[in-house]
Amino acid sequence: MSVLTARGLRKSYSGVEVVSGVKLDVARGECFGLLGPNGAGKTTTLRLCLGLIEPDAGEIELLGEPVPRRAREARARVGVVPQFDNLDPDFTVAENLVVFGRYFGMAAREIEARMPALLEFAGLAGRGAAKIATLSGGMKRRLILARALVNDPQILFMDEPTTGLDPQARHLIWERMRHLTQEGKTLVLTTHFMEEAERLCQRLAIMDRGRIIAEGSPRALIAEHIEPQVLEVHGPGYEAWMQRACSLAPRVERAGDTVFVYAQDVAPILKTLGGEKDLAYLHRRASLEDVFLKLTGRDLRD
Amino acid sequence: MRWISVWRRNMLVWRKLFAAAVLTNLADPLIMLFGLGYGLGALLPSVEGMSYIAFFSAGQLCTATMFTASFESMFSGFSRMHGQKTWDAILYAPLVIDDIVAGEILWAASKAWLTGSTILGVVVVFGFASSPLVLLALPAAFLVGLAFAAVGLIMTVLARGWDFFSYYMTLFMTPMMMISGVFFPVERLPAPLVAVAQALPLYHGVELVRPLVAGRLPDSVPLHMAVLLGYAAVGYAAAIYFARRRFSE
Repeated sequence: MSVLTARGLRKSYSGVEVVSGVKLDVARGECFGLLGPNGAGKTTTLRLCLGLIEPDAGEIELLGEPVPRRAREARARVGVVPQFDNLDPDFTVAENLVVFGRYFGMAAREIEARMPALLEFAGLAGRGAAKIATLSGGMKRRLILARALVNDPQILFMDEPTTGLDPQARHLIWERMRHLTQEGKTLVLTTHFMEEAERLCQRLAIMDRGRIIAEGSPRALIAEHIEPQVLEVHGPGYEAWMQRACSLAPRVERAGDTVFVYAQDVAPILKTLGGEKDLAYLHRRASLEDVFLKLTGRDLRD
Repeated sequence: MRWISVWRRNMLVWRKLFAAAVLTNLADPLIMLFGLGYGLGALLPSVEGMSYIAFFSAGQLCTATMFTASFESMFSGFSRMHGQKTWDAILYAPLVIDDIVAGEILWAASKAWLTGSTILGVVVVFGFASSPLVLLALPAAFLVGLAFAAVGLIMTVLARGWDFFSYYMTLFMTPMMMISGVFFPVERLPAPLVAVAQALPLYHGVELVRPLVAGRLPDSVPLHMAVLLGYAAVGYAAAIYFARRRFSE
């Protein structure tokens, strides 16, 4: 059963179309990832789905409500974790949750009742009276997650939830997110961390220049779009070696001073490296990142 | 009534920062009231049948209310909207930008009303006003607050940076303060300037409050109220229009 559907979604800003015909279908209880380079239109797509901006064309249904017409009703059962911290710096941890709960029309007593569980979930138990300025980046992120859960939403929209966090903090957020999907909540997240998408998402869509260019489970996307083995080679003389590799592998790419060789079986190519003492190499399985780079290109996006 | 959660949020912050808020909103106008009122008053005979300080206190009540409303809706409002992104967070909930605009305007008007009523308390305690009619200055102060909160919020939702507010203050508020009968009777001004003053909200606030301080009912009450409410209504509508545009980007 779908909790979020979008059809033919379009949005332009001053003549530039940033979302060009996006179609989405998110099922209840799944973790759905929207991947794309900077400027691909991920955040705009999320904002459209939440009814924060109006599409130029297309239809959206969120939790059975047509958006943007009844976005207000839909948002009553939605949680949002934004890309940037917008906690209330004048309030304590607990006050942030109380004030935010009031925006949902909740009574203070109702919010107080949920408070211990929310703080526990965010790893902030006993920190209710702490000032926002005293929290680390990871704690702030977790508090924003707790804040998004104050109204016990059915679906959570998370815009790059772990950007800027250290690995420990990131792993904790991931663990919490898995916990939420186990509870039956639906997650929709945008990210450009391939590892995050691969670990968490049952299904994902890769977005570029306002369009969805591939969709499926992480494994299916890898199987469908890329050869299973990868060889990364760099070091002095890599250019000459690259000439030889080109004749042995179906796809050889260069990014800066590194050669990427993609093949069903890289054994024959590995042999050619035997005599190349100057070249360093890494042999690995193809990942989502390879798919991503193949589909969206290796050029910088700013 | 969804705006009330926005109003309550701002009230909670104000309660936490009470001391600083009271100092900035009250100390300034009161220093000016007593400094100018007694200092200048010593040189002046009675003005319009009142002591100069009583005359000036009515103007100062309106000016202080205007400043509190304007600073709250402009500087504090801009900080919430732009710096802290508090408005963005509120919009994740089942609120829309219209609710935020209403909550912000009503909050700034409430805070301004508190400034106005505290000054009124000083006016009564120091005996500048003795008639119970002066209590009618309380609703008048709320209208002044509402008008300037609404107009100030237009500036906020249009602003791209903090500098923007200096134009409004220098080009609008300061000259208006000089021609609205705050410091001296409007009759002293050339006719065209009087006409300008009559088109602006502060003049109408002063016209309502000064007679009440003097102990009589003001003339043309419906007109003064209509102008203040008109500024509030137009300001509210325009602030919503520009806020919607800003937040649809």
